[in-house]
Amino acid sequence: MASQRSNYLAQNRFGLGIRPGERSIDNPQRWLEGQLRGFDPNPRAISRLPGRRAIAEELIEFRMKSRALRQSKAMDDGQSQNQKTVKQARRSIRQNYIDAAGARFDLALNSRTPFAERLTHFWSNHFAISADKSRVFAFAGDYEFRAIRPNIMGKFGDLLSAAVLHPAMLFYLDQHTSLGPNSPTGTRARRRNPNRKAGLNENLAREILELHTLGVRSVYTQADVLAFAKALTGWTVVDRSGGPGRRRGEYANAEGETRFLMALHEPGSQQILGRSYGSDGAAQSKAVLADLAVHPATAKFIATKLARHFVADTPPASLVTKLEQTFLETGGDLSSLYRTLITAPESWQAQPAKFKTPWDWTVSTYRALGTTNLPENRRAVQLFDQLGQPIWRPGSPAGFADQAQDWASPDALMRRVKLADRLASQISDDQIPLELAQTALSDALAPATRQAIVTADSPGQAVALLLVSPEFMRR
Amino acid sequence: MTISRRQFTTGAVGLSAALGLPPIAHAAANTPKRFVFVIQRGAADGLAIVAPTGDPSYASLRGPLLKDLDKGAKLNSFFTLHPAMRKTAALYGQGEAMFSHALASTYRERSHFDGQNILESGGGKPYARKDGWINRFLKLLPANERQGLALASSIPLAMRGKTPVTSFAPTRLPDANQDLIERVTGLYAGDPLLDPVWQNALKTQMLVSDIPSRNAARGANVGLLAANLLKPADGARVMMIETGGWDTHSQQINRLNNHLTALDALIFTLRRELGPVWKDTLVLVATEFGRTARVNGTRGTDHGTASAAMLLGGSLNKAGRVLTDWPGLRAADLYQGRDLQPTSSLEGFIIDALSAHYRMDNGKLRRTLFPDFV
Repeated sequence: MASQRSNYLAQNRFGLGIRPGERSIDNPQRWLEGQLRGFDPNPRAISRLPGRRAIAEELIEFRMKSRALRQSKAMDDGQSQNQKTVKQARRSIRQNYIDAAGARFDLALNSRTPFAERLTHFWSNHFAISADKSRVFAFAGDYEFRAIRPNIMGKFGDLLSAAVLHPAMLFYLDQHTSLGPNSPTGTRARRRNPNRKAGLNENLAREILELHTLGVRSVYTQADVLAFAKALTGWTVVDRSGGPGRRRGEYANAEGETRFLMALHEPGSQQILGRSYGSDGAAQSKAVLADLAVHPATAKFIATKLARHFVADTPPASLVTKLEQTFLETGGDLSSLYRTLITAPESWQAQPAKFKTPWDWTVSTYRALGTTNLPENRRAVQLFDQLGQPIWRPGSPAGFADQAQDWASPDALMRRVKLADRLASQISDDQIPLELAQTALSDALAPATRQAIVTADSPGQAVALLLVSPEFMRR
Repeated sequence: MTISRRQFTTGAVGLSAALGLPPIAHAAANTPKRFVFVIQRGAADGLAIVAPTGDPSYASLRGPLLKDLDKGAKLNSFFTLHPAMRKTAALYGQGEAMFSHALASTYRERSHFDGQNILESGGGKPYARKDGWINRFLKLLPANERQGLALASSIPLAMRGKTPVTSFAPTRLPDANQDLIERVTGLYAGDPLLDPVWQNALKTQMLVSDIPSRNAARGANVGLLAANLLKPADGARVMMIETGGWDTHSQQINRLNNHLTALDALIFTLRRELGPVWKDTLVLVATEFGRTARVNGTRGTDHGTASAAMLLGGSLNKAGRVLTDWPGLRAADLYQGRDLQPTSSLEGFIIDALSAHYRMDNGKLRRTLFPDFV
């Protein structure tokens, strides 16, 4: 391997940027490999956050109070009191999101396994949810911390299953209300009201095929989408405030948990990608997911996306092939995939470099300045809103884009310069700009950047120039 | 009035004739004209926005989605405009708005991302072209009229390409120190990616420095911002505005109502703030594809095929009509038994609209903007 700039590449391309006081790395590959074993899936920053049950209870309270408010509006009594309690409930849901986003940022700044943190962010964006609906908003942190994060070192199939069956995903892609037309509940609904079409929803099935596994325009048809949507019926979220998951009894202590309800499930076998899947309830969709997870089209799709994220917008075909082979040989073992990635010489070519996303750039900026925490979590949320990459809110199930053309826009660049100007003006007297630059850019500090830093009109301006320099904008 | 298939076949002849404007064979020099493309990302439901209430199958297909539709403006004996678009309905009455229905791009699958790629690139296949039709259109304008601007935090595909364009989205960050900006300019000189992008950032910075950023919060503010960027003599001539949230798989009534209210306010404010420039402005509103004819089980609609598009502008003096070759909504009429059947081409509609607005040759526009289009 031994390419030039290997220290910079290990810390920036694979990690999240270098902090002052960090030792230079003797063996970049061993440093990265060690993180695959040393990764802590449940650090304190996460374990101290409220659990899914507590969030679900707050959400239920919010939904019930909002409903009460709507009814009281109709009757025009006791409005202001109700309005206040709805506001409070909404605020506490928002606080959950803010604290979870803050924990994500905190881990990114302080983790000793930044490569593994980057992998978590990569997978969280691959299985993207978008916190635009209140229920997705509330569960967004739980989704990344408890569905994605614990599964990034195991088999792709386990990660897939954990992600797509998490309540946040079921809410986001409307799966929680999807109903088999001939299921017991569907049949009953039709008998009661023949005009109302029973509620099958294709959204989750389509996005699993298109975005999570096989990839768009690959091997599946509209008929596969429909059959898969039927197989997925039954998966819903326990929620006494409404929807098919409102039933009590056996689920009384499972608010906010995913459950499979046979009453919603479309009976009969389903034909998907030329295979027939029998009709044994939850096992039917589980079997489809297991097959999708090891499908050759999935191997190719994941290999391409991973190589694109880590190495280049147009990744070397030879690297994609290596990753694809590892995926197929190991049945989608993710740690093996990462080992192939970090040992391939293609991964260590300095050019072409990746242009940092707003998330990458901001995290590496704070790391370069030696910041270990923000005064309040709210600030992290505002920062990423302003920079155009709001945390867990890509606005689309495809997630945030991953190429220079999507981020290197005039407006985005100007925002980075403005933010760099403001942050750099706050550095302390004992921070020497050239030393910060030598640490942050390591073996990649270019003569032009060095020159700009030493001729700047103030230490603050020198640091701002470091943060917006061409090398610091890339990884 | 509804125009029949004989009067409006494909894109080739329909619109310019309908508008009473003869196309001219070459680009007019120094046009003061403006063009704005409002993209509706997520597949906007044309069947709810320009509702075919006169079609006998419509009510039974839509069931719970019909609520409040009777409060919408009657566009003619057949179509009703969504009730959230009251101000647009008034423009229609004045002949400054028109709609086209049952149209689709060449794309016939149901992936948002592929569909948007086709709508923006103007290519015949997803990802076949790396530049967008608006960027290629800029090339047809005189050199001093090619200022393109996307009201977005990054440049969307439709505007990417050889001609440099810029993007702008309001920010609450205070302006950077001018000396720092000059030094950054020096640092980026020669960087193939950063230098051209930064040069564009500097140009936009000068145009917008006096606009308070909180103005962009809602539709009206977007309209105001767009007008401020379009109005100056050296301002943007071609603009793209991003709108999202049209993917209404569930709870369609509320969501559509919110997004259409914002769109209505955007259009109204843009028109008001542009003042006399409105008569030289054409606004196109379009989406990647439509939604299923039938309501789904979650009070929404799923990905479909044909949808509706809108044109607005001060020079559309013979507008106030819905152009369509209506395919019908009986089960046998639907595309693949589920979607509104496309009967005309969105690409053709765009070509005709630009041809009429800029008095440009239809064939030349077609070859430049949609070279793969047959």
